[in-house]
Amino acid sequence: MMTETTVGRPGRPSPREIRAALGRASTGRRGDAVWAILVGGCAVGILLLVLAITTLMVVESWPAVQRFGFGFIVGQRWDPVGGHFGALPFLYGTVVSSVLALLIGGPVALGSAIALSELVPRQLRGLLSALVELLAAIPSVVYGLWGIFVLAPLLRSAVEPALRTALGFLPLFSGPAYGVGTLAGGLILAIMILPTIAAVSRDALLAVPNDQREAMLALGATHWEMVWGAVVPYARTGILGGFILGLGRALGETMAVTMVIGNRPAISASLFAPSYTLASVIANEFTEATSDLHLAALVEIGLVLLGVAVVVNALARLLIWQIERAGGSAAAGPGRGR
Amino acid sequence: MRTPLSIAWHRKVANWLLLGLCLAALGAAVAVLLAVLGYVIVQGAGGLNLDFLTNTPRPVGDSGGGMANAIVGTLILVGIAVVVGLPVGIGAGIYLAEYGRGRLATVVRFVADVLTGVPSITIGLFAYALLVVPLKSFSAFAGGFALGVIMLPVVTRTTEESVRLVPASLREAALALGVPRWKVIARIALPTALSGIVTGALLAVARVAGETAPLLFTAFGNQFWSWSLRQPIAALPLQIFVYAISPYDDWHRQAWAGSLVLVGLVLLLSIGMRLVVRRQRYGG
Repeated sequence: MMTETTVGRPGRPSPREIRAALGRASTGRRGDAVWAILVGGCAVGILLLVLAITTLMVVESWPAVQRFGFGFIVGQRWDPVGGHFGALPFLYGTVVSSVLALLIGGPVALGSAIALSELVPRQLRGLLSALVELLAAIPSVVYGLWGIFVLAPLLRSAVEPALRTALGFLPLFSGPAYGVGTLAGGLILAIMILPTIAAVSRDALLAVPNDQREAMLALGATHWEMVWGAVVPYARTGILGGFILGLGRALGETMAVTMVIGNRPAISASLFAPSYTLASVIANEFTEATSDLHLAALVEIGLVLLGVAVVVNALARLLIWQIERAGGSAAAGPGRGR
Repeated sequence: MRTPLSIAWHRKVANWLLLGLCLAALGAAVAVLLAVLGYVIVQGAGGLNLDFLTNTPRPVGDSGGGMANAIVGTLILVGIAVVVGLPVGIGAGIYLAEYGRGRLATVVRFVADVLTGVPSITIGLFAYALLVVPLKSFSAFAGGFALGVIMLPVVTRTTEESVRLVPASLREAALALGVPRWKVIARIALPTALSGIVTGALLAVARVAGETAPLLFTAFGNQFWSWSLRQPIAALPLQIFVYAISPYDDWHRQAWAGSLVLVGLVLLLSIGMRLVVRRQRYGG
């Protein structure tokens, strides 16, 4: 133990002097506190922002919530002039177009992800992945423009007549071919959610340990049986997360859908018929709404959209986090829950 | 006689058929990309000329005119978005990477991820209620603010990831020398993570530059030059939307040309970012 009274030799600072000097030097305690408050404040700011978004939208939509209550969601009549607001047609259009997008885009995205992780040579993987992900970089309004002038005419003149000839006995594929309509909206959405699903699924597949593949091959499986029997089940949580993330994107997508879905608030069994989505009606009517009730009703539609998006995204994040936390192993392991 | 190792023919067929389908799916995805890009390039090149890049829109029936004000407007809006979204996003990202162990950090991380998935038109409604209603005018500031909110969670998460990648040995070396923690973060961790943070920022800018929905009732659009942040301002995506749904051929041509400029801008950012990332990763 050092004694307090030791006196330093000449030319060297005594321990007491050193201690005094250290005491004068900044320990950075104040700087640390300021810094922690600064960056912590930014983090809390995000929470406050989300709180503000929710609160402000509830406040703005309150007149409509009070007036229509639950009837807002199940009401079929949307008549801004007469003051009747029922959002069911929009809810229906949003759900149908998004489900359609998942049915069309999901398998293609999963196939692409399997091809990227299991089939394509390593040297090409980066380039092809980048190309698929570039689909996500193209702005929504450009997809809309392409949808109006390329996709919709193609559907009207070729695809929809062919579908009607082949499957016209189903109500889904009956009625006149407009080009713009639910089918066009679903197709555009399918293209737009494809890169999201493909990227998340590819990452999940690439995280599958090689011994899973080797074990399956050692049992005499073909390449495909290995992929479908060992790799895909192992990565299924991540793939599911990707699908739900894609669904979330489809539900909230606005511009491209608005431009090709036809914007008619009617519930029709036919996929060829025009319909309307939650996001589209906000985009089309908000700047033209004159009555306060109309504005409030549109904000309430935004609130419904927000609620749906939060639930869907929270679900997707929880699934994807589960994998990340497990490092792509235990939680997603085969045998669990089978 | 079959040997035990031979594979039944239907398994072989299924193998090739299904693997082939996967490759076909990948081919289809790339084909769609090329179809959209090709159309934008071919159609857009037809309408793109000096007039388009230097003039403001003309009234209906008067051919010619351009989107110069919309191009500048988009740059201004993105500039405001960067000022609004970048500092807070980087700050929150640092918090999550350096202090983020408690329950608060988990909540913030989760909320940021969910905010990424909130539809952009909802953010537009929020900006309308927060800024347009009290100020009684559509404004460039409201539009830029909406874009900044959309940028925020993207910047936060990419900053967190890149700061987290800074080797612990660097931090420990500095801490062992008696450097205060905040200085270690500001002078050692941040500069080391800089390229990752810049990448995240570019990614976020590329994402918001093409956004249309949140601008519909915030920035609103403008047929003329506008430099005031309190006035409605033109934006490239808005102008494309208005022209695309119009019935005039001349406007359609301009919408394609505008799309070409917009896609060029966004792809330049995305591809440039990829090159930066690659050089960083392979230490070239």
